Amino acid sequence: MRGNAEMHELVAPGSLGAVLDLLAAEPGQWTPIAGGTELMVAFSAGRLNAHKLVNLWGIPDLRTIEATPQSVAVGAAATFLDLRKHAGLNAEFPLLARAASWIGSVANQSRATLGGNLVNGSPAADSSPALLAYDAEIETISVRGRRKVPYSEFHTGYKRNVLAVDELLYAVHLPRRFSRHRQYLRKVGTRRAMAIAKVALGATALLERGVVREVRLGAASLAPYPTRLKQTEAALLGQTLTRETVLAARRALLAEVLPIDDIRSTADYRRRVAVNLLEEFLLELRREGLLP
Amino acid sequence: MNANGKANTDAHWPAISFAVNGESRTVNVPPMKRLLDVLREDLHLTGTKEGCGEGECGSCSVRMNDELVNSCLVPVLQAEGAEIQTVEGLALDGELDPLQQAFLENGGAQCGICTPGMLMAAAQLLAHRPHPSDAEIREGLAGNLCRCTGFTRIIESVAAAARATESNPATEPALEQTNHAR
Repeated sequence: MRGNAEMHELVAPGSLGAVLDLLAAEPGQWTPIAGGTELMVAFSAGRLNAHKLVNLWGIPDLRTIEATPQSVAVGAAATFLDLRKHAGLNAEFPLLARAASWIGSVANQSRATLGGNLVNGSPAADSSPALLAYDAEIETISVRGRRKVPYSEFHTGYKRNVLAVDELLYAVHLPRRFSRHRQYLRKVGTRRAMAIAKVALGATALLERGVVREVRLGAASLAPYPTRLKQTEAALLGQTLTRETVLAARRALLAEVLPIDDIRSTADYRRRVAVNLLEEFLLELRREGLLP
Repeated sequence: MNANGKANTDAHWPAISFAVNGESRTVNVPPMKRLLDVLREDLHLTGTKEGCGEGECGSCSVRMNDELVNSCLVPVLQAEGAEIQTVEGLALDGELDPLQQAFLENGGAQCGICTPGMLMAAAQLLAHRPHPSDAEIREGLAGNLCRCTGFTRIIESVAAAARATESNPATEPALEQTNHAR
């Protein structure tokens, strides 16, 4: 069944403040829509349950990329093409710029927003492994004010997150302290463009005299939502990268991930690829650690 | 179309205005109506095609405010005030755009369903990268599916159009597009 435009209300209050007022006045009644690359697919197919939508596209306060000495703040409605075109972001947060290049195609990247990718909450979200590896923070906004939560705590279940009914995702903050970290990001999908990840892994780590001092591993498609691999990180912290450490990290990863069989892949294949990505990163890290 | 098969150009819907191929247009349609359907049904610009209706195939690609979009995923309210270019806006006074000429000469079109979207994706690419590499052409068209040509002739057509265009040094930096670990 085709979607019928007459059955869906779409309003454009214009300013961010007016949108927040509406969300507060009728909590839970309105569904925000930005680039529409998710909601309009559901609409076209006649399976969009939201009947009242409020427009976020074109609100300038939400489509920003701003740097302070401590962090770079990416507005929720910055598009993935905005991220790819931003020279500073490419230089300092290359994993996020690369993840942006994985989103669908150019026509999707010109409309799909970082905030939309996160709020949609797909377990396979392309931007998530990079944000987890960079220890990103989410800033929310409502008429009650703003608050921040670590991105690693933003998703609370399959397609569930910490946003209250009157809140919007406002910005994603990237702390500017990863320039010395080894960084890694790889997605395994069926083809280069327009593919949803079978598995993706993002990582940042800092070695000190061969010892892992810091490590963050962000995974997509290995759990009901994008998640840090904290047990695997724990198996690496304080260790030198011996064969035993790598094997212990592989075991920890296999013990903590919860991949599923679905139309894109199997749980078994996802496990196998995930440990191989982890090992690829750790071997790179070790080579780096051996350099003078 | 509504149940009676009529276009929804109806005064009880709010007026939404934008420019299509340089011409100001105003429609009175439900704000959630897809830009694709407004172009085809209300403005009778049927060059823009519907393929998948979910942003996967690129048949409905148009340029909006100098960005390539899938018009099936744009609620028309979000086109308010926009400058839109469709395939009908490529030829000027009956004179084909170099891209169209190149598609003709290089076998870039067969059944033709994907062609308007391919042309708009290529036009968007060349507007920003007048002399793209083969990899850039492939990336620029990656969201546009063709089931006839095997893509090679389309890619050759875009390369030929780029060669046919005067060199313009005012080009934008290349975007990184690797999928490899670093």
